[in-house]
Amino acid sequence: MSTLTSNYLAPTGREEAWRFTPLARVGGLLDASTDLASVNSIKLSKSYADVKLSHKSAADLPAISASDDLATIRAREFLKEVTHIEIAANSSISEPVVLERTNLTGAAQASRTLISCGVNSHSTIILQNTGDAILADEIEFDLAPGSNLTFISLQEWGAKAVHLGRQHAVISKDATFNSIVVTVGGSLVRLLPTVEYSGPGSSADLQGLYFATDGQHLEHRLHVDHNVPNAKSRVNYKGALAGDKAHTVWIGDVYIRANAEGTDTYELNRNLLLSDGARADSVPNLEIETGEIVGAGHASTTGRFDDEQLFYLSSRGIPAEVARRLVIRGFFAEIIGKIKSEDIENRLMERIDSELAKVGA
Amino acid sequence: MSTLDIKGLQVSVATENGFTEILRGVDLTIKSGETHAIMGPNGSGKSTLAYSIAGHPKYTITGGSVTLDGVDVLAMSVDERAKAGLFLAMQYPVEVPGVSVTNFLRTAATAIRGEAPKVRTWVGEVKEAMAALHMDTNFAERSVNEGFSGGEKKRHEILQLELLKPKFAILDETDSGLDVDALRIVSEGVNRVKANSDLGIMLITHYTRILRYIKPDFVHVFAAGKIVEEGGPELADKLEEKGYAEYTTA
Ligand SMILES: Nc1ncnc2c1ncn2[C@@H]1O[C@H](COP(=O)(O)OP(=O)(O)O)[C@@H](O)[C@H]1O
Ligand SMILES: [Mg+2]
Repeated sequence: MSTLTSNYLAPTGREEAWRFTPLARVGGLLDASTDLASVNSIKLSKSYADVKLSHKSAADLPAISASDDLATIRAREFLKEVTHIEIAANSSISEPVVLERTNLTGAAQASRTLISCGVNSHSTIILQNTGDAILADEIEFDLAPGSNLTFISLQEWGAKAVHLGRQHAVISKDATFNSIVVTVGGSLVRLLPTVEYSGPGSSADLQGLYFATDGQHLEHRLHVDHNVPNAKSRVNYKGALAGDKAHTVWIGDVYIRANAEGTDTYELNRNLLLSDGARADSVPNLEIETGEIVGAGHASTTGRFDDEQLFYLSSRGIPAEVARRLVIRGFFAEIIGKIKSEDIENRLMERIDSELAKVGA
Repeated sequence: MSTLDIKGLQVSVATENGFTEILRGVDLTIKSGETHAIMGPNGSGKSTLAYSIAGHPKYTITGGSVTLDGVDVLAMSVDERAKAGLFLAMQYPVEVPGVSVTNFLRTAATAIRGEAPKVRTWVGEVKEAMAALHMDTNFAERSVNEGFSGGEKKRHEILQLELLKPKFAILDETDSGLDVDALRIVSEGVNRVKANSDLGIMLITHYTRILRYIKPDFVHVFAAGKIVEEGGPELADKLEEKGYAEYTTA
């Protein structure tokens, strides 16, 4: 029993932040009687020029942002070491930097990573999450002025994986953060893609795709804190659900603070229900404390499969199951196309196709 | 030589107040190479006839039969009907976001032909057909029907007709929403397919305009869910002059 968490109160499920999550399935990550093992869980798939990965003591590299997320708080308490990835200032990295998970045991673990993008650097990072981890995971992004990062987080976890994650970007003046979150694997994934700004002219583009089948719980809780003037954000998440008790949750919190004049924001979530018994929760939330903005909007739709599309394709000889696959691929194409990798696109679509076939949707 | 035979076809749709009968016994036989114009006022059930033959799930067949060379079409799934040689150019083609025209056409051709078309000849075939319909090559990369103008949607329907080479085509108000140039281009496309393949055509229209470009062998007047008068091309001239009044007030 850890002394660190002696006054820790595990969530009951009545808290706003946990009301959708099946707490019985979080594998001890939130359980005060379970210690989390500190792990350096991210490695480079190979070496890249202008990219440095090092391990530092958690005390020497404290978190750059505050969080009230219980999984994050617990992870921070148990961490001994953190992983630091640095993109050199003024570098432009031509190929995507591929990160892989390592050292995951299947016991309850905690990991924290800081990704620092140097001034005016330009890079794309792809994180591949595979295997059956039980992980409380925090990744912070420190974007120096003028930097541009595209971060692609692929949750291709195994069927037993539990992933409670926070991916928080602090975006400074004239920096751009593009995030593409793809969640197709895992038993329970609860991800918090969140951003705050530290200078004007900064911009965030948060795109996401999730696909849940039988019994999977995939939850994405976005939070955009417009805490500086003249920053921009776009959020676009699309989800599809098939099979019994597939459950997805999308929360989109956007705050425009009183000082955030000139804010330009729009968030969108669309869900496609492919079978009965699946449930998609979608809660957009926009809070505006100043009227001096460029624009703010949100939209959320949850619909069933469009039979007219299916009829149109079938009337051209395309068998119903091929037509369904085409329509689902089409639904996701907008997000998947942004990854700009044919290999990843094919791998994801094949996984989605095979899982669709399994649940007979 | 093929025959599409429609006998005593009765069709209903589900509404809030139960089933409403729309087709009240349609009899029509079309042979390869023949063009039959179906002309009738709005709401007379022309699209219902077209959709019922194609197998749209919204329509319930309550009586009669549709056979293609003696084989029961109504027992087939939607894609089987297309594979058997039926094609419906829709009045309102459906948008399919994220599915490119290229991918769609190739998937459809693969399904209809039973094997994937050879890449080299296929690309040329599509290009040629698009050029003949005055379609810009950038159409190939756009999503199916998404953001297409009315005229572009109709050209895209006829492009599919050219590539899928059915035995029978049902053209549901292909002329509506087309300007004179587009009407000519689309009509030439239909005539080209017919010249090359002995296509049988059911040409559904409200106006006689398209019949100047696509010459019907037979004209059928459609009103209140059935054929009420039949004749040759001269019947269209009478409709041009007098309209549908005598059929709807009766
Ligand atoms: N899904 C439907 N529900 C209720 N009524 C319908 C439906 N589809 C068609 N109808 C009705 O059936 C009639 C025939 O429609 P339609 O076949 O579209 O005619 P046309 O193509 O000749 O204009 C119309 O009165 C129309 O309102
Ligand atoms: Mg109609």
